[in-house]
Amino acid sequence: MTESVSESVATSGPPRVPVTVGVNGVSVSRQVEPRSVLVDFLREDLGLTGTKVSCELQVCGVCTVLVDGRPVSACTFLTADADGADVTTVEGLSDGQTLHPLQESFVDHFALQCGFCTPGFLMMSKALLDGDEVPDREAIVEHLEGNICRCTGYEPIVEAVEHVAEKLRGGPHG
Amino acid sequence: MKPAGFTYHRPATVDDAVAVLAEVNPAGKVLAGGQSLVPLLSMRLAAPEHLVDINRLSSLAYVRVGDDGGSVTVGALARHADVERDAAAYAVLPLLRDTLRHVAHPTIRNRGTTVGSIAHADPSGEMTAVLALLEGTVTLRSTGGERTVAARDFFTGPMSTCADAGELVTSVTFPVPEGRTGAVWTEVARRHGDYAVCGTGVVVTLDDDLRVAGARAAYISVAPEPVVIDLTEAVAGEMVDDADWPAAGRLAAGRLDPGDDIHATAAYRSHLAEVLTTRALREAAGRASVAA
Repeated sequence: MTESVSESVATSGPPRVPVTVGVNGVSVSRQVEPRSVLVDFLREDLGLTGTKVSCELQVCGVCTVLVDGRPVSACTFLTADADGADVTTVEGLSDGQTLHPLQESFVDHFALQCGFCTPGFLMMSKALLDGDEVPDREAIVEHLEGNICRCTGYEPIVEAVEHVAEKLRGGPHG
Repeated sequence: MKPAGFTYHRPATVDDAVAVLAEVNPAGKVLAGGQSLVPLLSMRLAAPEHLVDINRLSSLAYVRVGDDGGSVTVGALARHADVERDAAAYAVLPLLRDTLRHVAHPTIRNRGTTVGSIAHADPSGEMTAVLALLEGTVTLRSTGGERTVAARDFFTGPMSTCADAGELVTSVTFPVPEGRTGAVWTEVARRHGDYAVCGTGVVVTLDDDLRVAGARAAYISVAPEPVVIDLTEAVAGEMVDDADWPAAGRLAAGRLDPGDDIHATAAYRSHLAEVLTTRALREAAGRASVAA
């Protein structure tokens, strides 16, 4: 069976698709336009403006969120395809007022300047550290290659992630 | 919201998907990972009347190694990352993972599909050239049935294939090269993961005496579609350790006729084709010489 949403079946206004999405652990049900992309849904429908939007061509990395644990670009992800999925945004990182270790480390290492790219780097880094292997510096650099920091503060960002990875490993900073 | 409006279809089975494509033919466009299509929609370079979203077709989310280990078949909903991480596919055809590491960035590989990039037929899409290099096949379904097309017949130009708008590409099959072979992908891009200025995949085959029996290469970003060149004549019968790989590189560059664009001149692309071919062949030969 194919669910189809078209002008002909809509009663009023633009046609809508029903979606139920887990967002940072909260189940959210909405009717969205088929052309709605996830980053706009998060920012404009749910008011979660921590996720940034810039190039809208998935080349800058600022809109990175986790969908079922995998980092994706929310700018090219149809909201309709998030139906039934669990989405984690930067707002879901901290535990109340307690920052996530990555957030702490970014602060400690001065790993943000203007801060616009930070949510994307944080989510990308969380996905890496949630993996089975504790990454080394080379793996961190490779994993973050799709995220752009126009303040060019890449070194402190890599160091911040490395610091948390070393803690996970029980290394010198542990 | 930047895309133009479209009628959205979300089929639950492959049969439903081809039925919808037939019903709206030729106004339907298939959405898989959307990593090429959604930007095109957002820029309104594409504005299909009907979008057929195949993300619910979980039966197509597979990577399968043939029973004899002679091929890897990838279903239309396998993400690049699924192919990249598939241990069984890597064991028989490491070229897939080696090449996928050059395909965009991790977020894009988590969403984009290998079959989608092949159906999209971007002249800079690495997996189009890998499929052509290995003389792979593309399987398409429509309400009229199923057909399998050789890669060389599938690609018909930039962003163009022989697929009809009423057809769904359900899988692609990458044959594993036979004999004592080595395969390598290499490319030059301004930033790792960006569109390559020139990229090449090569396969070198050696005989039992470690003499070169075959050499061929496929290219991206230097022609309207993935082009495969047989380079055997430049190195045939030569011992693997002192084969004249630069001669093969020159032969390749002479056969290609790249264009200028804002990223590189035609002359620079030709230079890259020659150098990258030489390097890749030498490395592939090294791998072939230690292959079982």
